[in-house]
Amino acid sequence: MNATLAVRLRARRTSRRTTSEGPVARALLIGGAMIFLGFFLMLPLVAVFSEALRHGFNAFAAAITTPDAWSAIKLTLLIAAISVPLNMVFGVAAAWAITKFSFRGKSLLLTLIDLPLSVSPVVSGLIFVLLFGANGMFGPWLMAHGVKIIFAVPGIILATVFITFPFVARELIPVMMEQGRADEEAGISLGASGWQTFWHVTLPNIRWGLLYGVLLCNARAMGEFGAVSVVSGHIRGETNTMPLHVEILYNEYDFVGAFAVASLLAGLALVTLVAKTVLEWRFDLHGGGRH
Amino acid sequence: MIRIENLQKRFGDFPALHDINLHIEPGEFIALLGPSGSGKTTLLRIIAGLEFQDSGQVFFQGEDVSERSVAERGVGFVFQHYALFKHMTVAQNVAFGLTVKRGRQRPPKAAIRDRAEELLRLVQLPGLGDRYPAQLSGGQRQRVALARALAIEPQLLLLDEPFGALDAKVRKDLRRWLVDLHRKMGLTSVFVTHDQDEALEMADRVVVMDHGMIEQVGTPEQVYMNPASPFVADFVGETNKLTMGGKQLHVRPHDIEIVADGGHPVRVETVFRRGGAWRVEGLIEGAEGAAGRLVEIDLDASRPAPTPGETILIAPRHARAF
Repeated sequence: MNATLAVRLRARRTSRRTTSEGPVARALLIGGAMIFLGFFLMLPLVAVFSEALRHGFNAFAAAITTPDAWSAIKLTLLIAAISVPLNMVFGVAAAWAITKFSFRGKSLLLTLIDLPLSVSPVVSGLIFVLLFGANGMFGPWLMAHGVKIIFAVPGIILATVFITFPFVARELIPVMMEQGRADEEAGISLGASGWQTFWHVTLPNIRWGLLYGVLLCNARAMGEFGAVSVVSGHIRGETNTMPLHVEILYNEYDFVGAFAVASLLAGLALVTLVAKTVLEWRFDLHGGGRH
Repeated sequence: MIRIENLQKRFGDFPALHDINLHIEPGEFIALLGPSGSGKTTLLRIIAGLEFQDSGQVFFQGEDVSERSVAERGVGFVFQHYALFKHMTVAQNVAFGLTVKRGRQRPPKAAIRDRAEELLRLVQLPGLGDRYPAQLSGGQRQRVALARALAIEPQLLLLDEPFGALDAKVRKDLRRWLVDLHRKMGLTSVFVTHDQDEALEMADRVVVMDHGMIEQVGTPEQVYMNPASPFVADFVGETNKLTMGGKQLHVRPHDIEIVADGGHPVRVETVFRRGGAWRVEGLIEGAEGAAGRLVEIDLDASRPAPTPGETILIAPRHARAF
């Protein structure tokens, strides 16, 4: 109670100090930020939708229901449906291991989790080509056994899983770190099994953070271009995801088609943003967040 | 009830416990008392089975439980910050140990609900079952944590700094209440504290620990009146170190009297009233290299208080040398 009050008082004091900057400076700062945001964020977003709808809604609908577009949409959903649950499990497992146990190589694991974020997506894609491509390490063996990974759906899934690995773990680690082990120990001491403790104690404690991580993971899984572009082979109707399809259509001067598919991706981004805001609000409400 | 033999525990290079031997009788209320880093919490957690020793054994009723998990030992553990499940209601928290029982062992729903309500009555929180932990005060949360631990009907109740997070008034009330509950339910209890008043007031026996070793085990009376080491004399109760006749003496403030002659000269610095006594703080003058050391003296408040600046002669009525 006292702490909140102190924070509020401090906030009030700071806000008084900020207002003492004078109305001109304030207007300039806010105006500048607004103009910058409008120019770099809002304008492109509006452009995507207006280009997509330039020739009316029917042209838009026709563009996103062509067999190739439809196949790209289905493939993107499939990729997300496989890689997001996988990374949800991996992310929870990694965060659990890092926050609840102490073991040798913990900091190495922490660094490895961040690897996909620090490596250029193109390089991430290339890694898989070097491993599984025709001239790659396992390429000849895979070819002899009739398994196709590169320029096929499995390669796209591998690349996407790699790229989106950090999102869930990175959201959960600070949340679980802050919560410590006492709740789990209490569960175990009351006779709950490890699984019961995870299900009834840990999961409810991390649910908002987990959902947030999954949301970011999903947005990236659907939107990833670089890594997927390297491993996909751009085969229409087969290995084209939505971002790749946008590029192809654009290169063929099919602007309405390109922007129509792009607007779907932009729509996904908007939905993610709204959901993220709602989650952050709930996070704060339950005091479980770090925002 | 509990026997601990030759317990050793290290955390990396840090020796947390060194050669711990301890017997706890059924029905006893034991305090593990020591400064932070003394190993008291580690010992409690090893007794619980939340932490495991490097070597040595823990016996419950003659049975070696050293390798058993916390669940298999069937102990009730109350955590320092309660560790209540915040997404569950108070009743669900209390019932947790029953609802996670598997198969035939799990009581029917209605029985679980009744048991939770019964336990809430026991900890004097009847009717609060539908609240969430966040809606309770610190003292109430503490009692919910206790009810939750008691739900699994443990023989042994372990409490880690049970009153650490509470304010003084609530703490005082809860101490009495917890001792009563312990007696009424016929439990054997061990609690960790760094607060000597708490240990002396509540426990049947106090285990004083320092640097991973047991310094003394005894009743509050024994530990206070006959400290076994300089550390215990210093840590339990207030003590003055006086050098007399070449020997280091430990003297309690109330064991010092003012004498007419032959005593130590002390220059009075401050005098204030503390309960039924005058607390005199003074500096030793002159003799034997102890000059300038602070002494604290409790004098009967029925006699006139010395005035600051005055020099008095003191002598110990009762002292210990080690």
